[in-house]
Amino acid sequence: VYRLHGRYHEMAPNVVPMDYTKDPDVKLPMQLIINMPELKENPFKERIVESFSEGGEGSLSFNDFVDMFSVLSEMAPRELKAIYAFKIYDFNTDNFICKSDLEKTLNKLTREELTAEEITLVCEKVIEEADMDGDGKLGFADFENMISKAPDFLSTFHIRI
Amino acid sequence: MQASGSAADFMDGVRVSFPLRKLFLRNPHACRLREICRHEKPCRRNPVLGMHQLSKEATAGADAAAGIEIDGQVESDTESEEDEVKDKTPKKQPLRETGRASRLERKKQEKNKDDDESKEEDSCSQQNRASRRKNYQRKNSDGKKAGEEGSRQRERGKKAPTKEQKESENKARKTNKKGKEGENKQKTGRKNSTSSASSNSSDEESLSEEELAMLMEQVEQKKKLISTMRNKPWRMVKKLSVLREAQAFVEKFEGALGKGKGKKLYAYKMMMAKKWVKFKRDFDNFKTQCIPWEMKIKEVESHFGSSVASYFIFLRWMYGVNLVLFGLIFGLVIIPEVLMGMPYGSMPRKTVPRAEQARAMDFSVLWDFEGYIKYSALFYGYYNNQRTIGWLKYRLPMAYFMVGISVFGYSLMVVIRSMARNANESTADGDDDNFIFSWKMFTSWDYLIGNPETADNKFASITTSFKESIVDEQESNKDENIHLRRFLRVLANVLIICCLCGSGYLIYFVVKRSQTFSKMQNVGWYERNEVEIVMSLLGMFCPPLFETIAALENYHPRIGLKWQLGRIFALFLGNLYTFLLALMDDVNEKLAEEDVVKNITHWTLLGHHNSSVGNGSTATPPPLDPADVPRGPCWETTVGIEFVRLTVSDILVTYITILVGDFIRACFVRFVNYCWCWDLEAGFPSYAEFDISGNVLGLVFNQGMIWMGTFYAPGLMGINVLRLLTSMYFQCWAVMSSNVPHERVFKASKSNNFYMGLLLLILFLSLLPVAYTIMSLPPSFDCGPFSGKKRMYEVIQETIELDFPLFVAKIFSYVANPGLIIPAILLMVLAIYYLNAVAEAYQRANAELKKKMQMQRKEEKNKRSNKASTNPMLQDLEDLLTPSTKSESHSKQAEDNKIESPSRTSPVAKQGKAAALDGSPMTDGRGAAFTPPPHVFVTQPPTLGVWAPYPGHPRPRGHPLGPVPGRGRGQPRYSHAAR
Repeated sequence: VYRLHGRYHEMAPNVVPMDYTKDPDVKLPMQLIINMPELKENPFKERIVESFSEGGEGSLSFNDFVDMFSVLSEMAPRELKAIYAFKIYDFNTDNFICKSDLEKTLNKLTREELTAEEITLVCEKVIEEADMDGDGKLGFADFENMISKAPDFLSTFHIRI
Repeated sequence: MQASGSAADFMDGVRVSFPLRKLFLRNPHACRLREICRHEKPCRRNPVLGMHQLSKEATAGADAAAGIEIDGQVESDTESEEDEVKDKTPKKQPLRETGRASRLERKKQEKNKDDDESKEEDSCSQQNRASRRKNYQRKNSDGKKAGEEGSRQRERGKKAPTKEQKESENKARKTNKKGKEGENKQKTGRKNSTSSASSNSSDEESLSEEELAMLMEQVEQKKKLISTMRNKPWRMVKKLSVLREAQAFVEKFEGALGKGKGKKLYAYKMMMAKKWVKFKRDFDNFKTQCIPWEMKIKEVESHFGSSVASYFIFLRWMYGVNLVLFGLIFGLVIIPEVLMGMPYGSMPRKTVPRAEQARAMDFSVLWDFEGYIKYSALFYGYYNNQRTIGWLKYRLPMAYFMVGISVFGYSLMVVIRSMARNANESTADGDDDNFIFSWKMFTSWDYLIGNPETADNKFASITTSFKESIVDEQESNKDENIHLRRFLRVLANVLIICCLCGSGYLIYFVVKRSQTFSKMQNVGWYERNEVEIVMSLLGMFCPPLFETIAALENYHPRIGLKWQLGRIFALFLGNLYTFLLALMDDVNEKLAEEDVVKNITHWTLLGHHNSSVGNGSTATPPPLDPADVPRGPCWETTVGIEFVRLTVSDILVTYITILVGDFIRACFVRFVNYCWCWDLEAGFPSYAEFDISGNVLGLVFNQGMIWMGTFYAPGLMGINVLRLLTSMYFQCWAVMSSNVPHERVFKASKSNNFYMGLLLLILFLSLLPVAYTIMSLPPSFDCGPFSGKKRMYEVIQETIELDFPLFVAKIFSYVANPGLIIPAILLMVLAIYYLNAVAEAYQRANAELKKKMQMQRKEEKNKRSNKASTNPMLQDLEDLLTPSTKSESHSKQAEDNKIESPSRTSPVAKQGKAAALDGSPMTDGRGAAFTPPPHVFVTQPPTLGVWAPYPGHPRPRGHPLGPVPGRGRGQPRYSHAAR
């Protein structure tokens, strides 16, 4: 936590006070957070930050910040990670991962190197594979079911700080 | 009664309606009891305090109810079932409200309460301790149950405020439950004995102890809460507040309950555990860093796909094996010989003959591995047949023989073991290929990546892997004119067989010719190296030819690669065996020649000896210069030289091909492209693709030659190690610099078992000639460690006879008896057959299971889609039907639960949980989450995450492995909630 606070402080030394005993209400804008070296290369950095921020608009208080790294730590259980992973991949925050979300994810993952047909194909396949209730989009239940069987979800979905 | 009672306890937590209703009835009673306690015995304040607290909490009702129930011989359990059924539906909403209210209340009051409690604790705790110890076990179990209920309510209360997160928290709650289930189980077992015991004790005391236990339980509860805090998807603010509260509570009561004593120890343990985890992680990192070329291979993989990487991984593996073999040979044969054997020039076999001495250092001679190199420790002929050498009495011939054998033994073992491991892996993760794309989509990004370069690689590799999967997918969806394709495939195979025969004949022809050349003098460079050149040319031109032909066949690239590999392998094999046959001819010739020379040598030595004796001097005869002694052709060395030459030429050809075919071409295409008539990069020459099949085969083939040649030329292994090392770097560089990825990037099969299979085959094939020479050809009479013996293996017999006691020799002779060996071989064959049959049966069963699973998935999907449409209606139906379902399944499942719960494993729980989650479709929202709970654990095997979706409809029987048939729809979910 101290280290985290150090990092948090580092990012904006003029805004963040060193001691938190007085419970100040400070938030850091997203731009600062996503420039952290841990997140810099992540294609989903904006989403990560957004889904952990309290208001959903991307600025993190220190609590949110700690929260983020506790979820992304390797100690966090699979279920918790799944919840936040779902949030991250749910681009339009409608509690479903629909096709447009998938396309966005895919484009971010591949830096838009796939052709349009390939993208549609992949998206369709994903929906077909994981959609259990046949509504054409992935609810959290679908997502959780899928992710719980994924072999390397735990090993990839964490950040060491 | 007991079974249902315990089950009822479980459900109490979730169906709070019942205890809550009871609470209103019983609360007056509880208050009265409390007053009695307070008046009678001041020192029993502790329980009273517990009561205080309990009454303040909403949970107290439940706790008290449970506690009293036990005292009063569990009167109401049976009735409870009926009650619940009636109550739960109307009570749902109010209940939640109460839960929330209670939580708020509790928070407030806890603080007040804490103050006076701390004072009283001290006085009470000492007196109580003794009795507490005695009854601890029992109370713990009782109290736990009570506390459990409380906790559930509390959690429910917590849950309510964050309605929008309900879905997720629901799950988190289940997680917690999962953690507690172990406890629950214990409780179930113990309760049987304890309920009767507790009834014997006096009303007052048992009550107070009850309370104490409850307190204890709550402390436990809080502790657990603290430890699982991070698992809950709350906002940090909320976590913090809850955490602080819980911590304060624990600190207060821990001391009082005498449980804080182990605190230091506990802290220490925790610290050590953390350290240990960290250490393990570091160690793992270190290990991965120690894997040589890991980064290089990863880089190649990310750009060229896993198939190219599989070649490099194979290369690396080969390098490892060869390194071990090299260590073996170098350490046990070459080093002892060099250190302790007789020095160069001391014997005829260690000296360059006089005739050759003039040219022995010429480069052209050395390049042919003649001259000094021929008479060095690199080759068989250099070794002496002295039984022991040096002051260590090192038995060199013996060691030579054993090392030659163990090279094969080790290689066999390693290849087979890695094959088995690969097979294991491929079966282990082969069965869940249901979510290929989803997993790729959601789990392929490694969040740890923080380095731009790695990120680039990762992007590239994700793209490639997507492409690979797309190719796979397209391939599986393709259907075309089958007849045409069949015809083309047959045609292709015919063509290829023709090619193979042709090349085989060509080699045979060339080898024959070279034998005639070798008899003639003054032949040119071309004639001398004709065999090598022809073989290398074949190796260069045939694979592309095959590839062209294979284009007719239109296989999936992965299968195509296997065919290609098989064909080229056949080509190489043909080459190798023609080469070997020619060599055999050569050897036989040499053997005939040897006989002649043997006589000459004999006579020369004899004559020399005679002349010295004839002089009449007693002094030792003037030594004949070893260089002058006539000697045999030493066929082993010749063979060794052949192999070494072949290897070296192979290396050169490979490198030159890479350099010219890839690098120069790439440079040409790249730089001439600016001033050329057409687009070179896209058009004709373009860049080369990495030829996986050719390279793999080259490697395998080369390794076969190494295995064969090592016995005759121990130095060959060193050359090979060097070759592998350089080719690792060289090829990595060449691939990255001058190759382009395949047009259709395809995924290599996870295990490179096919490569291993080829390797095994060639190992076996290369074992044959060596074994043949060892067992049935006479070694040369004047060179090598086995000279003077009739057969090479005699060295073992000799050692046994001379160095072991007599009875060992006897045993050995018995064992070597054909009468024993043949049955042994038979037995082995039988065993292999049996194991094979078993493996096949397993495989079939596996396939069957897989098929079933897929069927189930489909079924489930269909049902779900049905259900989604008719959901609201079903909801009502479900509520109506549950009583009957439950009563039917209740007792059965309780039994199941008892039997199977100990054997439950985490995957099961996980699976079940997933099932539970799925069981509540998003659309039913809150209402569904509070429908009637069952009284049971889910005891489902991990493969069967399927449940009948309609309430009251029994699950179809005959379901494979399903231990709990006839379960209603909503139940799995609740059973989890009940944990």
